[in-house]
Amino acid sequence: MSYVLRRIAGMLVVMFFVVSIVFLIVHIAPGDPAVVMLGPGATAEQVAALRAAWGLDQPLFGQYLLFLRQLAQGDLGQSIFLGQSVLGLLAGRAEPTFFLTIFSTVIACLIAIPLGIYSAYRRNSVWDRLATTLAMFAASVPSFWLGLLLIQTLSLQLGWFPVSGYGGPGAGFLARLYHLFLPAVSLGIYSSALILRFTRASMLDVLGEDYVRTARAKGMGEFRVVMKHALKNALVPIVTIVGMTMALLVAGAVITEMVFGLPGVGNLIVSSVLRRDYPVIQGTLLVVSLIYVLMNFLIDMLYLVIDPRVKY
Amino acid sequence: MRGVLAATLRLRPLVLAGAGVLLVIVLLAVAAPLVAPHDPGALAISSRLKPPSAQWWFGTDEFGRDIFSRTLYAGRLSLLVGAGVVLISGVIGIVLGLLAGFFPRLDTIVARLIDALMAFPDILLAVALVAALGPSLLTVLVALGVVYAPRLARVVRASTLIIRELPYVEAARALGVPTWRIIGRHVLRNLASPILVQCTFIFAYAILAEAGLSFLGLGVNPEIPTWGTMIAGGRYYTGQADWMTVFPGMAIILAALSLQMVGDGLRDLLDPRLGRDL
Repeated sequence: MSYVLRRIAGMLVVMFFVVSIVFLIVHIAPGDPAVVMLGPGATAEQVAALRAAWGLDQPLFGQYLLFLRQLAQGDLGQSIFLGQSVLGLLAGRAEPTFFLTIFSTVIACLIAIPLGIYSAYRRNSVWDRLATTLAMFAASVPSFWLGLLLIQTLSLQLGWFPVSGYGGPGAGFLARLYHLFLPAVSLGIYSSALILRFTRASMLDVLGEDYVRTARAKGMGEFRVVMKHALKNALVPIVTIVGMTMALLVAGAVITEMVFGLPGVGNLIVSSVLRRDYPVIQGTLLVVSLIYVLMNFLIDMLYLVIDPRVKY
Repeated sequence: MRGVLAATLRLRPLVLAGAGVLLVIVLLAVAAPLVAPHDPGALAISSRLKPPSAQWWFGTDEFGRDIFSRTLYAGRLSLLVGAGVVLISGVIGIVLGLLAGFFPRLDTIVARLIDALMAFPDILLAVALVAALGPSLLTVLVALGVVYAPRLARVVRASTLIIRELPYVEAARALGVPTWRIIGRHVLRNLASPILVQCTFIFAYAILAEAGLSFLGLGVNPEIPTWGTMIAGGRYYTGQADWMTVFPGMAIILAALSLQMVGDGLRDLLDPRLGRDL
């Protein structure tokens, strides 16, 4: 129990640092953000009004305290250009990103876990070499480039998939998934590399264990030995890495959403950067990073549940 | 040491292949003015969007510029960005890692800072930094340098914590050797190999990330040819002139793949136990 409390405390400290770093990044922008945001055509009154609204007329530390106070109240501020609350904007954009992340994680696991298991089982064989080389190759392919290639071949030439978008406002769930297929593949292939390597490594660890030898000595079939005795015990690190890649995919989605024109969080942050809509940039960065920290914490906690040997 | 190196290279043809490809890429980029058949900036509207042929090996872009020559020249900048990022993240990462590893008092703060910086998904942190500093070559270098520094810092810190307790460091301390000299002569020297391994990976990630940022329009000036800006420019001709994106993309893959192969091989060399298992 004290371990859990210590981890919570550690997570909170990291979160505090994250919040502070986000604040600093947005406020190191050279020049007056109000002038930059409003553009050259703004009047002095407009600039002054925005400065006051954003607390920019206060010293940096005062702004920081204001930022923390608003954050504590769950207020991420207002978008300069869209006139909506940042939290509302994020909520409206969360769905495509959420499903894209889940979908590409599923694709990555479907590719990587069986290949990783087989690689470990046939260690140092031609298949093993091929799979590990493929994993390295997958990690070297820029996902946006793969996305463009998929659009060009499967969408434009063969017409199997939509070129872009999320299926319009009234589209059903299946139509949405159909639109997400190519984005999810281009993202999933990239992250399958990491999952494959970890699956292979943790299976190799387990396959050398005494209880695997015992199971074989009892005359148990190879398939059952690998799937039941080995895989079950290799699952902890695999689950960890799947969780971590899932968190990373949120960032990968930034570029993929732009390639496929998906109205998600990644699209929101890039268009905000291009518009210099600082409150939105700040809020999105904050929420995504905090989710990432939280997920890493939850993965750690999951250890306690799925692996009874881990006791702190 | 040399014997081990030779033996490992014999055992791992992939590493050798990676190093070979990397060498060719670097040589082609450096010798671009000698190798390139055309001027990378020469406009020829009459020959715009030509598919690959004997005259235009990789085809031409929307201004009739030769893609092959541009890919070679772009390599210079893409590799330069990679090297610059390695340098910046190297300096920040090594200093932070040594401070955290060697001075327990600083460790609590620095280690949390490293954790916090690692908490940002890499491309997202880079995007935010570019948003704050404005897109430019320098911003890309600084942003990616900051993004990848914690990786290195973590490795350096972990190794320093171990090396700090070794008998020869203790002996040096007992002899009254000043701390900065212990760090420089005893600690840093033993860290050279893990740092080198991390740097090859950071090099590969930086090339990929630069391409990503340029694709988003948040990287270097689109007028400057890098592999990323070339793909970004070619995306509008998807289905019409695919060679505009295909070839620069392949260049990125080759560079990133060969770097990772070399990094993998070096890691195996350093830790035979880890070997092919990870």
